[in-house]
Amino acid sequence: MQFFGGSGASGAELISPSAPPSSSTPAGGNKAKMMYVFNRNGICLLYREWDRPLKTLNPQQDHKLMFGLLFSLKSFTAKMDPTTIEKGNLGVPQLPGQGCSFHSFRTNTYKLSFMESPSGIKIILVTHPKIGDLREALKYIYSIYVEYVVKNPLYTPGTPIRCELFNTTLDQYVKNLV
Amino acid sequence: MAPLAPRSGDAVFANIERVNAELFTLTYGAIVRQLLTDLEEVEEVNKQLDQMGYNIGIRLIDEFLAKSNVSRCVDFKETAEVIAKVGFKMFLGVTASVTNWDADGTTCSLVLEDNPLVDFVELPDTCQGLYYCNILSGVVRGALEMVSMKTEVTWVRDMLRGDDTYELRVKLLKQVPEEYPYKDDE
Repeated sequence: MQFFGGSGASGAELISPSAPPSSSTPAGGNKAKMMYVFNRNGICLLYREWDRPLKTLNPQQDHKLMFGLLFSLKSFTAKMDPTTIEKGNLGVPQLPGQGCSFHSFRTNTYKLSFMESPSGIKIILVTHPKIGDLREALKYIYSIYVEYVVKNPLYTPGTPIRCELFNTTLDQYVKNLV
Repeated sequence: MAPLAPRSGDAVFANIERVNAELFTLTYGAIVRQLLTDLEEVEEVNKQLDQMGYNIGIRLIDEFLAKSNVSRCVDFKETAEVIAKVGFKMFLGVTASVTNWDADGTTCSLVLEDNPLVDFVELPDTCQGLYYCNILSGVVRGALEMVSMKTEVTWVRDMLRGDDTYELRVKLLKQVPEEYPYKDDE
């Protein structure tokens, strides 16, 4: 049975399953641009920025727009699903986990990767368009979130994340994504 | 398709960090004991244990999801099975069985043959109304609420009260659909 997260272990050893292969190649370098974490209520728990030259909106509008984009995209993708029969009408609220879900889209200037847990945590990572499949990486980021945020007794669920240890671990991991 | 949910929590349980079972049991006993001293009323202790469990449950769900690779919980029947077989195994080291479904599939029982919380425990006469393991019902309720299932969880059989096993009755009140959280005029 498990009690507290970990005792002496530090860094990546603490987290299981271990990190998917992402160690930097010589050509690697920082490909991540920014990351968002939302909960089900649309509250932006975390916004992290590494390389974003252009900002046109204030942070709040920006977060809301991002959440809205995902929310609509999800209902559109579910509606267009050619394999599922019961889809409901467009715009009618779905149960979490109902319908199919998309995991990334790519434009000529960036790629957005998306993961949603059944508990409503949405992790969005925006990167350089030339990057591989990040589904495993997002799962790993989710487990970093579990170890450093959820298990932090001083963190109140549903509030913005202010955990230094989480930020540094995240930065380190994201830096080496390829 | 989404990867299939694991049928058992054995693999995760083997890799997870564990604490000594007696330490765990005795620590839980100490908490209940302290609550009885602090709150005096047995009914209040039941409530407090449930609330503590709830607070654990709303966090535990994320750890559960991250480690078990469960990617969706829409179907209540399937969810109950996963809790019994994977969830209990992961965090308590035992498994429960799911039985007594009602006709419309919204109420079921989780039956625990083995309950590590109650080793060394006997209820004295003054605590007959105590649901000693009430923290577990809170955990289940909290975790299910985070996956949008509002439930009511109650104990119907408790070995400490003379029954032959532990039985948690889980009733699905409603599943909350995902709504757009912002108002239009903001």
